[in-house]
Amino acid sequence: MTAAVEIDHLTVQFGLFTAVKDVSLQIRQGEFFSFLGPSGCGKTTILRAISGFQEPTQGTIRIGGQDMNGIGPNQRPTALIFQNLALFPLMTVAENIGYGLRVRGVPKAERDRKVGELLNLIALSDQGNKKIEELSGGQKQRVAIARALAVEPKVLLLDEPLSALDLKLRQHMRNELRAIQRRVGITFIYITHDQGEALTMSDRIAVMNRGKIEQIGNGRDVYEHPQTSFVASFVGENNGFSGTITKISGDQAEIETSVGRLTGLNKKSLAVGAKATLFVRPELMRFGSQGENNLAGSAADAAYEGMTTHLTMKAPDGSSVVATLTGAPAREFPSEGSPASFAFSTSDALILPA
Amino acid sequence: MLSSTGHPFIFLLPVLAVVIFWVMAKFEPKQVGVTKKSFFERNGTPVAIYLIVAVVFWALFMIVLPQLFMVEMSFRPKLPPVEMGGPKDLYTFQNYHYFIYGSTTSSDAINWVHIKAFFLTILASLLVALFNFALCYPLAYYMAQSARPARVRFLLLLLIAPYWVNEILRAFAFRIIFSSGGLINKMLLGAGFVDQPIDFIGIDIALYAGLGYAYMLMMIFSLYNAIETLDHAQIEAARDLGAPWWHIHSFIVIPFAKPGIASGCTLVFMLSAGSLAAPLVLGGPRSLWFTPILYDRFFQAFNWPQGAAYAFILLLACVSFVLLVLRLGRLSLGEIAK
Repeated sequence: MTAAVEIDHLTVQFGLFTAVKDVSLQIRQGEFFSFLGPSGCGKTTILRAISGFQEPTQGTIRIGGQDMNGIGPNQRPTALIFQNLALFPLMTVAENIGYGLRVRGVPKAERDRKVGELLNLIALSDQGNKKIEELSGGQKQRVAIARALAVEPKVLLLDEPLSALDLKLRQHMRNELRAIQRRVGITFIYITHDQGEALTMSDRIAVMNRGKIEQIGNGRDVYEHPQTSFVASFVGENNGFSGTITKISGDQAEIETSVGRLTGLNKKSLAVGAKATLFVRPELMRFGSQGENNLAGSAADAAYEGMTTHLTMKAPDGSSVVATLTGAPAREFPSEGSPASFAFSTSDALILPA
Repeated sequence: MLSSTGHPFIFLLPVLAVVIFWVMAKFEPKQVGVTKKSFFERNGTPVAIYLIVAVVFWALFMIVLPQLFMVEMSFRPKLPPVEMGGPKDLYTFQNYHYFIYGSTTSSDAINWVHIKAFFLTILASLLVALFNFALCYPLAYYMAQSARPARVRFLLLLLIAPYWVNEILRAFAFRIIFSSGGLINKMLLGAGFVDQPIDFIGIDIALYAGLGYAYMLMMIFSLYNAIETLDHAQIEAARDLGAPWWHIHSFIVIPFAKPGIASGCTLVFMLSAGSLAAPLVLGGPRSLWFTPILYDRFFQAFNWPQGAAYAFILLLACVSFVLLVLRLGRLSLGEIAK
């Protein structure tokens, strides 16, 4: 199966600043692919390079096997959904959706039929004559998607389109986007800094930092098997303990940190003396002192969220350790300032190069 | 001048206006949920009084009254000072009548000279406005959407700096450049494009260029302000959907900038039609612009009532033309004032 989008040694520089450093990856046909990273990591630059608004400094981008070098955004088989949607305010909903078809010289009857279909797809059938400003945030979102789909792109590019919506609507739109993607079956490339969005919607996620890809994998890979310290700390919550490796036994290693000696899985085969960080997810941290690894400190805070409670403990070196507990154990947490201890299993801890 | 019975009215008018404004401020309609404070409470009494008095003074003494005097004067006959207010000082249409039928230089039944000059002025001003739009749109678009901020500031400075030179001097400079032995003709002759100098002034090219140049800033700023507020993502969205550049301009940028375009065009049109210095200095021997004729009514013929009538005709023509343009463009006055 040919890749829908192939990025080959892509580098983009703005003056002295390198926004994207030698990125290579392949995005499969019909895949929901996300770029996840903090702002300024270069994910939007990659998206603009794919859509044709940004010339690569080096490297090539192929869409459907065809080299896109020198092909303008209006000639590419991609459609971009902008962060602020960029709907045309002077046109009606139907005119917005039909704009790409009008540009292509599609006859009016054909255009109306197509726009009707798309209005159906986004469940706004009877709102074609409305003005953009009369729509709600979620409706605008759907119109932007329909406008992009109207030109039948091979690849749909989405630049954090949900960031302007409120939480409830955002969660609803996640499902809706995923459903639309399944229905139309084209490749979606999604840019976000919100790991929840990336994890729930994507087939695969590329985690980016400082212009480089840190890891590519499905949500489970990225969350449970992070390959770098950045991925471990950026995707989801994590407790990190930095130090030096002192002992190796089989697939485990011992690390000397400022809160004591801890053991974890040494999947990266780090050698003794290497600088490393041990990561333990808050939900894998237990409350108590009967574990393979134990941390003692003083209770600092218990943030009750209904289903879960986030317990924060101040370790002797001043750092905070968080444990997320569900149900009853949270109630036993000592009052603020009194001694507390957390424990975790060696098999739940990951040691990654610092 | 005004009959003696008119004077108390003139002095009462400002007082009356202040009182009306005062009452309006006192009992302004309260919008629900906006503010409960009155005009005086919001601004403080001294500022409120200043605002009311200043606005009344400005509106009445700077705008309404002078124009009313001119309109009133345009309906009076030209009389020596001693006969003013006398039995011959009656309201008359003779000044307007003269514009169409009267003439001092020919025996024609119709005053073709003035009528032609009038329509030429309107038509030429229209062309100057359109020409200015065509010239300024690309630059305004570049400044508003493409250029980096430092470049925009530099360009604005370049645009504004020439206007530090006063209008008359600029007009004479244009006359020198466009004259038979001027820079442009020398270049054309030197390059071999023409055998003999082109009479730019005689065929009014110099005049149109001078007028266009004089009011270019009005156009640039109107267009720049309008285009600048267009979200650049909209242009990119259109491009992304496959639109070629001309389609983006015709269906995205220009419709969005329509109020600015209308405002720039009406400003340039009005100012050109009412321009005096450029036509006086740059007008060819055959061209007769309307404003110099108007000027002559006042200071050559010493016929102020007739001059007032001519000025009023020009004003009416310009205003109705602008309203027509707005109607055709489906725009309201409020939109172009933005």
